[in-house]
Amino acid sequence: MLFDPQIFLEQLVNPAYLWGAFLSVGVAVFSLLIATVIGFFLALGRTSKKLFLVAPSHAYVWFFRALPALLVLLIMWNALPQLLPALRSDWYTPFLAASIGLGLVEAAFMAEIIRSALSSVDEGQALAGRALGLKPASVMIKVVLPQAIRTALPPTGNEFIGLIKYSSLASVISLRELLTTAQVGVNITFRYAEYYTVAIIYYLVIVTIITVVQSRVERKFLWTSKSVKRVDRTSRTSLNQLEEQK
Amino acid sequence: MSLDKPVAPDRSENESTPTLQVKNLHKAYNGNEVLKGVEFAINRGQVKAILGPSGSGKSTMLRLMALLEPADDGAVFLDGLQIGTSNSKGKTIHHSEGKLAVERRDIGMVFQRFNLFPHLSALDNVALALISVQSIKRSDARETAFRLLERVGLADRASHFPSELSGGQQQRVAIARALVLKPHVMLFDEPTSALDPELVGEVLEVMEDLAASGMTMIVVTHETRFARRVANEVTLFDSGVIVEQAEPNEFFENPQHERTKRFLSHVH
Ligand SMILES: Nc1ncnc2c1ncn2[C@@H]1O[C@H](COP(=O)(O)OP(=O)(O)OP(=O)(O)O)[C@@H](O)[C@H]1O
Ligand SMILES: [Mg+2]
Repeated sequence: MLFDPQIFLEQLVNPAYLWGAFLSVGVAVFSLLIATVIGFFLALGRTSKKLFLVAPSHAYVWFFRALPALLVLLIMWNALPQLLPALRSDWYTPFLAASIGLGLVEAAFMAEIIRSALSSVDEGQALAGRALGLKPASVMIKVVLPQAIRTALPPTGNEFIGLIKYSSLASVISLRELLTTAQVGVNITFRYAEYYTVAIIYYLVIVTIITVVQSRVERKFLWTSKSVKRVDRTSRTSLNQLEEQK
Repeated sequence: MSLDKPVAPDRSENESTPTLQVKNLHKAYNGNEVLKGVEFAINRGQVKAILGPSGSGKSTMLRLMALLEPADDGAVFLDGLQIGTSNSKGKTIHHSEGKLAVERRDIGMVFQRFNLFPHLSALDNVALALISVQSIKRSDARETAFRLLERVGLADRASHFPSELSGGQQQRVAIARALVLKPHVMLFDEPTSALDPELVGEVLEVMEDLAASGMTMIVVTHETRFARRVANEVTLFDSGVIVEQAEPNEFFENPQHERTKRFLSHVH
């Protein structure tokens, strides 16, 4: 049984794969969002001086770093609905369970990325913001976060790619993401090479797109007037008008 | 570069009320006493220069005056009103960070290392406080910010980012940024110490113009020539206390304290 290009090409344009890829990326996006929000508060908690904030943050990271993601997914899908009847309804889909489960695990890792990104911002920055009379939330949002995000972007991109791959674990809770789609096809036809090659192509395309998008986003964080010209023409124009006015 | 408009807002308090005053300021770090009961006051429109050896607590005093750190003991008064703390039934209550933020708006601070926000253009560095603190429309805030950049001679650098500016230009932007909320007093912590010698002049020139416009200024500096020319009074600070305060000629030509004579012999 040789590699049959016909089967390969048929599957390459099979909408099932596209849908599977969509689910994989969707799970990765949602779990990264969940992980970033939880991770941000964990990072604040870990750097806090108050024990009632530090202790739970440490406990969370300790707990979710120890558990295999697969186990968390099984708990999310099988055990939790047994304990919580509310989860036995239609809205609790494998997609949702997978996003939350992976998000909870990933938060433990995002916490560390965000913590070190926040601490990489020079202390003089918050000091200058406070001296200007900004409230604590403004100091964080307007001064510290933009600089922390620049530091956190590259490792977060890596985590995102990791999550794309981790989303394949959701096959155990019957989510037909990308890899499961390939596996289902293989189980029927036994054309391993063709179906797996299609999966490879899809993963390569997804990760390539992520890499391109990431470098575009990182360019926005160059903080030079040249990069502003490229990404923020409107503010440039209003500035030029100001300069001409005088 | 002209600073024709007066910068300090009109206030009709009694002339004898100091604009900024600290009483019995104490501060220790890990048991190491850095400020040992500092008494200091400055009247409206005055310029006071503070000299002193490294590690004597000058920066600490400015940070406490700017309400950036709490004092262990003592109080800060702005235009006669106690800020940063209140007294209630004999106890000192430290204000919340939110309330301190509001109180800080009347005090401008310029740092040795500029501390400009690297992710914002020069214009947006200056405009930020107007937008975030006073909720002024972005375009109006930028216009006000632009006027301030003009005043420090940097209108042509408005769209540049801090990484694209020289140290002297960055410090001038930082001065414009500190002026943007029309503070009653400006605190400068060694504003030219991190600059290459050839860039010191442009910053001192801006500060001199600011002083001429009537701004109340406290300047920690090693620039004795600037202190002599611009300050109304020069202070020697050492080991957490004020050693000597006098008007510049008196301070430099006829210092009363042995400690001052020794200090001046090192810097001259
Ligand atoms: N946050 C801090 N934690 C611990 N010690 C501190 C802190 N800030 C200042 N100190 C100590 O307090 C003393 C006075 O420091 P400060 O920065 O006020 O001196 P300074 O007069 O400004 O010196 P310089 O001329 O070097 O700037 C120093 O011994 C310093 O190590
Ligand atoms: Mg200092």
